[in-house]
Amino acid sequence: MSEKPKRPFFLRRGPMENTATALIALGFLMMFQPFALALYTWSFITLLFGTLMFIVVSKFPE
Amino acid sequence: MAQPADLIGRAAAATPKRIAVKVKGMSDTAMAWLFIGPTMLLLLAINIFPLIWTIQLSFTNYRANRPNAEVENVGLRNYERILTDPDVWMTMQTTAQFVLWTIILQTVIGFALAYLIDRKFRGHAFWTTVILIPMMLSPAVVGNFWRFLYQPQIGLFNYIISFFTGVEPNSFEMLGSVNLAPWAIVIVDTWMWTPYVMLICLAGLRSIPDYIYEAAEVDRASPWRQFWSITLPMALPFIMLAVLFRGIENFKMFDMVVLLTGGGPGSVTEVASITLKRAAFEAWRTGYSSAFAIILFVAVFGLANIYVKALNKVKER
Repeated sequence: MSEKPKRPFFLRRGPMENTATALIALGFLMMFQPFALALYTWSFITLLFGTLMFIVVSKFPE
Repeated sequence: MAQPADLIGRAAAATPKRIAVKVKGMSDTAMAWLFIGPTMLLLLAINIFPLIWTIQLSFTNYRANRPNAEVENVGLRNYERILTDPDVWMTMQTTAQFVLWTIILQTVIGFALAYLIDRKFRGHAFWTTVILIPMMLSPAVVGNFWRFLYQPQIGLFNYIISFFTGVEPNSFEMLGSVNLAPWAIVIVDTWMWTPYVMLICLAGLRSIPDYIYEAAEVDRASPWRQFWSITLPMALPFIMLAVLFRGIENFKMFDMVVLLTGGGPGSVTEVASITLKRAAFEAWRTGYSSAFAIILFVAVFGLANIYVKALNKVKER
């Protein structure tokens, strides 16, 4: 019996949702950390990208 | 007494024929839209429209005190200024520290109180009401009376600390000291909002069926084991919910800080919402403050998203 072809990585909900979650967590830590201003500077774009990605990929089928 | 069928009949008879015919001809979907339409419109007007407008303003140099001045599009300059400003970075750290400590204290004390109240000892209903009182007070009232409690000369707080530690009551100032002022705010916020966490945890503890504990006792599980294997895992979704609500709320902490310290001494208690208010309504940099508000919104929204995901995973277990 032939197996159902797997969706490519970037269209699978599980791994993409985990990637988005990791980006949000990273962005959040970067925004509130007390160590480097450069990390703070790049935190918003990381957070925004992660959040938008989360909104999009959470609509993918399981 | 009139039967429900009679009432329905009378209501139908009282409806003007013109309207009755119109409603009768509506599909279920149209009826659903008719009911949710007003709420949707209200939400759009008070939530979505201001959000979109704020996003638009964040790319301009608009000033609310100069409504007739020419508004220029400045692109990402407002965002660039905020994200490269060491002072703003400092307020973010202050905010994070407040959120961290208030959540830790409120969760630990709130859960402990809920666990005690759930024992159903004599007078537990009375103590539940007493514990809930701080939550019911207005923040303005709380802020003002804690200012009196923290007074170094007449304040009760300093005398209590003096009683337990032997330190002179006049020798320290909770709101005037750089080291103590942040803790003064954390104490007040914890005092005020721990009952809220307790209430949510209590709902979680009361939802655990008794037969699970009975089965654990039959298996000779110790109270300690019952706590770690039954109570805590089953109350965890409720604890997480309380942490989410308090986390979102504490990121916006404003009233208590303004009433107690106003962001001082210096800027040690200046949280992000105070910086935002100063930029918006003291410096009148509306475009800049809109960009700042959007940055905070994205931070809280992103965190809430992953938190809800974690909460759903815990509930599935």
